[in-house]
Amino acid sequence: MTDQDRPQYQQLLARKVEVVNVGLEGFVKDLSDCGIDVVHVDWKPSAGGDPQMAALLAKLGV
Amino acid sequence: MSVVVLNEVRKGFYLDSVALMRLSREVAGSPGVIEAALMMGTPSNAAIMRNAGLLEEGTAVKGNDLVIAVKAESETAAREALDNATKSLDKPKSQGEAQSAWRPHSIAAAVKNRPEINLALISVPGEFAAGEARKALNRGLHVLMFSDNVSLEDELSLKQQARAAGLLMMGPDCGTAVIGGAPLAFANKIRRGRIGIIGASGTGTQEVSCLISEAGAGISHAIGVGGRDLKKDIGGITTLMAIDAFESDPETDHVVLISKPPHPDVARSVLERIGRSRKSYTVCFIGASEIELPPNARFSPTLKGAAELALGDKKIGAGFDANAVASRLPRRGRGGIEGLFAGGTLCAEAQVILAAAGRKVASNAAIPGVVKLGVEPNAGRDRLIDLGDDEYTRGRPHPMIDPSVRDDALRAALKNRDLSVVLLDLVLGYGAHADPAEHLTKIVADRGQDAPALIASVVGTEQDPQGRSAQVRKLEQAGLLVAPSNAQACELAVAIVQNAGR
Repeated sequence: MTDQDRPQYQQLLARKVEVVNVGLEGFVKDLSDCGIDVVHVDWKPSAGGDPQMAALLAKLGV
Repeated sequence: MSVVVLNEVRKGFYLDSVALMRLSREVAGSPGVIEAALMMGTPSNAAIMRNAGLLEEGTAVKGNDLVIAVKAESETAAREALDNATKSLDKPKSQGEAQSAWRPHSIAAAVKNRPEINLALISVPGEFAAGEARKALNRGLHVLMFSDNVSLEDELSLKQQARAAGLLMMGPDCGTAVIGGAPLAFANKIRRGRIGIIGASGTGTQEVSCLISEAGAGISHAIGVGGRDLKKDIGGITTLMAIDAFESDPETDHVVLISKPPHPDVARSVLERIGRSRKSYTVCFIGASEIELPPNARFSPTLKGAAELALGDKKIGAGFDANAVASRLPRRGRGGIEGLFAGGTLCAEAQVILAAAGRKVASNAAIPGVVKLGVEPNAGRDRLIDLGDDEYTRGRPHPMIDPSVRDDALRAALKNRDLSVVLLDLVLGYGAHADPAEHLTKIVADRGQDAPALIASVVGTEQDPQGRSAQVRKLEQAGLLVAPSNAQACELAVAIVQNAGR
């Protein structure tokens, strides 16, 4: 089996990790300091901060 | 004394919990302030503030509102503290904080512009975490979910979705992982090597990886699975995928699996999968009795034991003689031990060691066979407290980020003459407090001569931002006894109380 044929989770260990960080901003510096590419999302609760509505929107792919 | 409560609500203003903790502390330190909190107005946070009497009558908040709440001795003091808080919030960001030029507003936007991104690190409040994880999985990203307070139903559906897509869903409540040298969430600077770790326990993974690294060997990857992955409801979905991932990883020779005792059905399927592996395994189910394992696996009930097996039976801290150290100490207290732990798995390991030494133990995070604090009578028992448990962290950061969670309990323990020993842990690494030893030494500085002996262990490596030896030195200069591992700290505690009883 070639690397390409394996499921993605088996390829993860062989690939370079690139991260999108959603939440605690401090994690960005830690990753950058270790030479890992990271993008920080300027996150705010969606759906006006209503958790149930936000979960529903996420399920709908919004 | 009259008490005044004032609130200010900033609509649509988000700050992460660590930034909020810093500001809360600043405001709480203002003259005349009794209590203060800066929190996002999520339903759970609003309930915490309401219970603490910090919300004014009629204040309505939503999850994307920032709430500043001040309880003070006078209106002038409250008003001044509120003004200072709003000034801090409006302060322009420093050069360093603003360094990341591009900040997308969503995972979708980030991935669209940077298609190389392959992993989402999610640490938003629990109420919103499952939604963000779903967005990441929908875009083909592996997920490490640091957030907790996510329902079991959401965890199961996210892990099923991830498995169907061939993606790793690490967490929720996944405190640490190291993938290809990338420290994700709370992780230490570990030597690279040929030992892999699968951890359902964050501080357990940190302790084992640090002991291995400090002993001169190294870690290929550490995959976190979340504390509930081996429960019956989840069925070990991520653990089984992690075993497969290590199976095909040419960088890994040996794997350590760390978890609290799994559900028997899940243990069976995990051990069956391990039995089919070409790699050797160390299985560390903390608090479990010896279990039947396949021929390629060995069992350890402790973290230190797991690290030693992974190192090929090399002894950790071989020069440390608990009995010799104990025999040099003056007698103090009436023979009790209290453990105040930031690391939940370190607390579990302490229970294993104290119970095995014949001590009667109680804990708020009791392992099988140990009395649960607050549920059963615990008079005359050693108390081992996990300060990262929900009851201590609701609405505030984990004690590894904010060590002050331990302060009150520690001050009380120092004055408790029933105690001969107080056991403590310091967890270093990325994401952790910048100088936990400094914080701790200030709290214990004015203890009495007859205060219980303070025994600490330090989870970390020399390469960590805090530097292990520098932290150890600070503790020793303050009169603490520092053991090479948590397990040996516990052995020393037992030796001291046995010595006192002679």
